[in-house]
Amino acid sequence: MDEVAQAAVAGPQEVFIYALAQQIGQARHVAVGANSPLPAAAAFLAQQWGNGMPIVSMQEFPRYNSFTDGGRELFDAAGQGRIDVFFLSGAQIDGAGNINLVAVGEYEHPRRRFAGSFGSSYLYFVVPRVILFRTEHSRRTLVERVDFVSAPGTSPPNVYRPGGPAALVTPRCVFTFDRVRGRFRLESVHPEHSVDEVHEHTGFQFDGSRPVRTTAAPSEEVLRTMRGPVAAKLFELYPSFAVQVFGSAAQSTR
Amino acid sequence: MDSVSAQRKVRELEDALAAIQDRSLLIVPADYGGVAMEATRRLVARGIKRLRLITLPTSSLQTDLLIGAGCIEEIETSGVNFGELGPAPRFADSISDGSVRIKDATCPAIHAGLQAGEKGAPFAPLRGIIGSDVLAHRPDWKVIDNPFAQNDPIVLLPAIRPEVALFHAPMADAAGNVWVGRRRELFTMAHAALKTIATVEKLFDGNLLEDKSMAGSTIPSFYIEAVSVAPRGAWPVGLSEHYPEDRPHLLDYLRLAATREGFQQYLAQCALSRRHG
Repeated sequence: MDEVAQAAVAGPQEVFIYALAQQIGQARHVAVGANSPLPAAAAFLAQQWGNGMPIVSMQEFPRYNSFTDGGRELFDAAGQGRIDVFFLSGAQIDGAGNINLVAVGEYEHPRRRFAGSFGSSYLYFVVPRVILFRTEHSRRTLVERVDFVSAPGTSPPNVYRPGGPAALVTPRCVFTFDRVRGRFRLESVHPEHSVDEVHEHTGFQFDGSRPVRTTAAPSEEVLRTMRGPVAAKLFELYPSFAVQVFGSAAQSTR
Repeated sequence: MDSVSAQRKVRELEDALAAIQDRSLLIVPADYGGVAMEATRRLVARGIKRLRLITLPTSSLQTDLLIGAGCIEEIETSGVNFGELGPAPRFADSISDGSVRIKDATCPAIHAGLQAGEKGAPFAPLRGIIGSDVLAHRPDWKVIDNPFAQNDPIVLLPAIRPEVALFHAPMADAAGNVWVGRRRELFTMAHAALKTIATVEKLFDGNLLEDKSMAGSTIPSFYIEAVSVAPRGAWPVGLSEHYPEDRPHLLDYLRLAATREGFQQYLAQCALSRRHG
């Protein structure tokens, strides 16, 4: 799955999905939040690799809702350690792994107000591997310090925290998160992007030494899986997104 | 319960909504839980004011419509948007200009507060949250040291006891028992709220509690203040496993509600008239 030979035929969003899927690792149960087509695709890809494992839960889609005890069950299960992986994004993400889903500017009179923190203030603490993703990689979104902390990247040692950020995937690169240092490390740069470009568009300091490796592009076999069964599953949930990423293949392989 | 008062539970929508008054502390479910949109339009048409709204735990059109129409004084929520269709315009504007007070929460905190409410307990503990600005802006949330351990800070959330819970469900029976399927957060809402009002797609022929396959997913009538039949009563929001959301309508809404003037136009066309989708 490491061959870069097929990079030319993998689209940028396929590279993104593949990078997200590789961050999932060995997991029993992956939960995907509302309005998250890229993580949903990544979770389906991981599920293809694992012959049906991990379980993929998406509360708002009855077919993928593994829960029968109401909206609270995901959070209760996560609190017990039953959810291994979750995905979070943020209007802003900073170099200490803090995420902001609430407001830019002053909280009381924001320049821009967003939806709210959803489950992040809790799930970031209790889910072992939280994979961050941001579809816009710019100094506007990846900032030195977020304006509002929906959930902090790290906590003092006495705060109960089995979970936290593992990685941050963007359209330009993959960062991993060092929980001891409380900082990101540049892990790999996507094909056709450069380290200089990542520095230019990132508002926070990060670790990593050159040369930085190139993000593995999906092999021909992985692409077939993505454009086949993964695209078909995604099409049921996010039809316009699936067609945008996989083209008409998303429909024809149903 | 005698049959006379039991039968009174199924009412015309206007009567069923009588318990929701200006300043009521009202709780409503997320879109997947069954949103009582027809009832919401009726409240808007009535000109209800200064509601204190709690969303369990998120919301979309229902909240945006109530805010745009000037019905909301304060909202406690974990998130208001239209999913992949985009942000909630009236919500974002009204929070930004301070015309609506917000108590920012996180999903499990609202669930946990209601669980304390349904137990009649004063508070619920919850992991996480410590070190967030969500906590910094919630003086009503406390951090204590876990009394069963040492040096283990944990957040306590006050019990939530809404005055009224309002939702839309697939069906109810003539006695006022309401079938909600697997949407069990509606049980928690109904248990915690002082009064619960449900609109339903249809009436079930028989008693839901006497049907073994139905009883476990049925909220018993003693929690229910009133039921009203409102076919497609969640429209244009969907009703999970019954009908999907009306995307073209929601996109029209978002286009109009981008400005106050456009929102007023939507209100005149859709909310204040009795037009259905």
